[in-house]
Amino acid sequence: MGFYRAKKVLILIFLHTFLFSVALCCIFPFLWMVNVSFESPQEFDSDYGLKADLRIKLDNYKEVLLERSFWKYFLNSVFYTCVTVFSIVLLSSLAAFGFSRLQFPAKDFLFFMFLAAMMIPLPAGFVPVYIILNKIGLVNRTGYVLAMTNVGLSLSIYLLKTFFDNLPRDLEDAARIDGCNKLQIWWNVGLPLVAPALAVVVIFNALNVWNEFVLASLMFADSNLMPLQVGLKEFSDLQVTKHTLIMAALTVATAPIILIYLKMQKQFVKGLTAGALVG
Amino acid sequence: MISLSAKEKGKNFSFVLPALIVFTLFYIYPFFYTFVLSFQDYDLISDAKFVGLTNFRETLGDKDWWGAMYNGGFITFWALTFQNILALMLAMAVFKVVRMNKFYRVTFFLLPILSEIIIGVLMKQLLVSEPIGKDVFNHLLRNAGLGSMTQEWLGTDRVRLITALVHCWKGFGWAFVIFLAGLHNIPDHLYEAARIDGANSWQCFWKITLPLLMPVLTLVFVLTILGTMQAFAMILALTDGAGGLTVVPVMRIYDHIRGSQAGLACAEGLVLGAILIAVSFTMFFISKKIRKKYGVLQS
Repeated sequence: MGFYRAKKVLILIFLHTFLFSVALCCIFPFLWMVNVSFESPQEFDSDYGLKADLRIKLDNYKEVLLERSFWKYFLNSVFYTCVTVFSIVLLSSLAAFGFSRLQFPAKDFLFFMFLAAMMIPLPAGFVPVYIILNKIGLVNRTGYVLAMTNVGLSLSIYLLKTFFDNLPRDLEDAARIDGCNKLQIWWNVGLPLVAPALAVVVIFNALNVWNEFVLASLMFADSNLMPLQVGLKEFSDLQVTKHTLIMAALTVATAPIILIYLKMQKQFVKGLTAGALVG
Repeated sequence: MISLSAKEKGKNFSFVLPALIVFTLFYIYPFFYTFVLSFQDYDLISDAKFVGLTNFRETLGDKDWWGAMYNGGFITFWALTFQNILALMLAMAVFKVVRMNKFYRVTFFLLPILSEIIIGVLMKQLLVSEPIGKDVFNHLLRNAGLGSMTQEWLGTDRVRLITALVHCWKGFGWAFVIFLAGLHNIPDHLYEAARIDGANSWQCFWKITLPLLMPVLTLVFVLTILGTMQAFAMILALTDGAGGLTVVPVMRIYDHIRGSQAGLACAEGLVLGAILIAVSFTMFFISKKIRKKYGVLQS
């Protein structure tokens, strides 16, 4: 008995050592980043950001946040994310409700089209989108939000449709008998019942827009319109030698995501793996 | 089914109409427009000129394009082997341990949710020497008494490998989560039956875990190829192409559209897209063959 116990404990110790060292590799750069963001350039030069000082100094943050452009990037990202996610939720929940519950011509074909869009890799997809936006004069906030809305539509419609499909119809029938029309059923019965799926849709798309870089960097040469990812790249290229400043900027850009992630990791995991499991 | 009046059908259709309009304008139209553009010489200002297959000929005969494909393929090779094997090992380990299970899962999934730019800029600070970075990695090595191992990590002879490893570091958490879900789907009673028959852990892994994980493995492999061959922003932020050594296909497409060569960019995108579709179909086909051979083909 003792032998098996000892063997089991040894295996567990080995597994935890393995897992913990990988976990440390994941966290260390971010702990370092936060630590450096609190240091002065002189301290950083001498300790390489490896010694934690308990007296927290906010000079870097002051400088980063007082720099007006950085605030602009941040608020732009918040704006793009909120508006895009709102329009995705609106359009995809309407469409998913239609695909799941209503009859109309070419329904299966249209749904298949949305699905096919998820399967076909289009590595240069951003090129024609950019050119079309150029041609119709929408190289601005509206154009970017519309293009990003499209990016999230397929998966969101798919997720919400499967959720609608699994709901019992009794509640809707009851609502219909009470005199609700289809739009009211969608709003009063459908949406509240798919709230868990909506949470996944919101998280998945918010992350997607917040992290998007390629299209935004093509579209926005004007720093007034740049979202955070493009701004960060710009900022770190311009302030190349101000390491502590860059780390403060990175921390500001990372913190909201990490905080929301720690609160809602289930939705994050579901959202990011949902795309994979469709295939 | 009760047949509906035209008016009713129209009302029903209006539910999907807004999504359909956005989808048509930003997916279907651009999709076909890519093909049109790839036959044109278009600089976004003057009128487009039809040039036939010139863009494709230029792409297929372009040494730099194939160099970029090689770089992408190199990173993909590391992602397929190192990243996915590591992810599978971690998933199996987390599956076994009870304590700190949640901590590991939350930590491993942290990197995939962060933006590529953030990862690229951060790793640059850790790996590159001053004045651009801070060379922290070498400093740690010196402190650990491994001073002989210090080097210019993003210098010409290492940059491709290190870029691939940073890519793996960012991506493994995603494969890990899918593998873990796959492990949870394998019924316990199979392992119990195998144990009663006297199978050891090694045999359980080869005869139960791996075959039953085949569909998940195939999926992760295909998605790794698709994702890595189209990687871009992290590499741009980390090395900016390193003078050709880490230029990946999408970086060339991006540079060409920035340089107002829309037609060429589209042709390159189509070539890459066609290769990716061919590769993923082959992968699914091979996986099906293997599963048939070992009799674990699931419905």
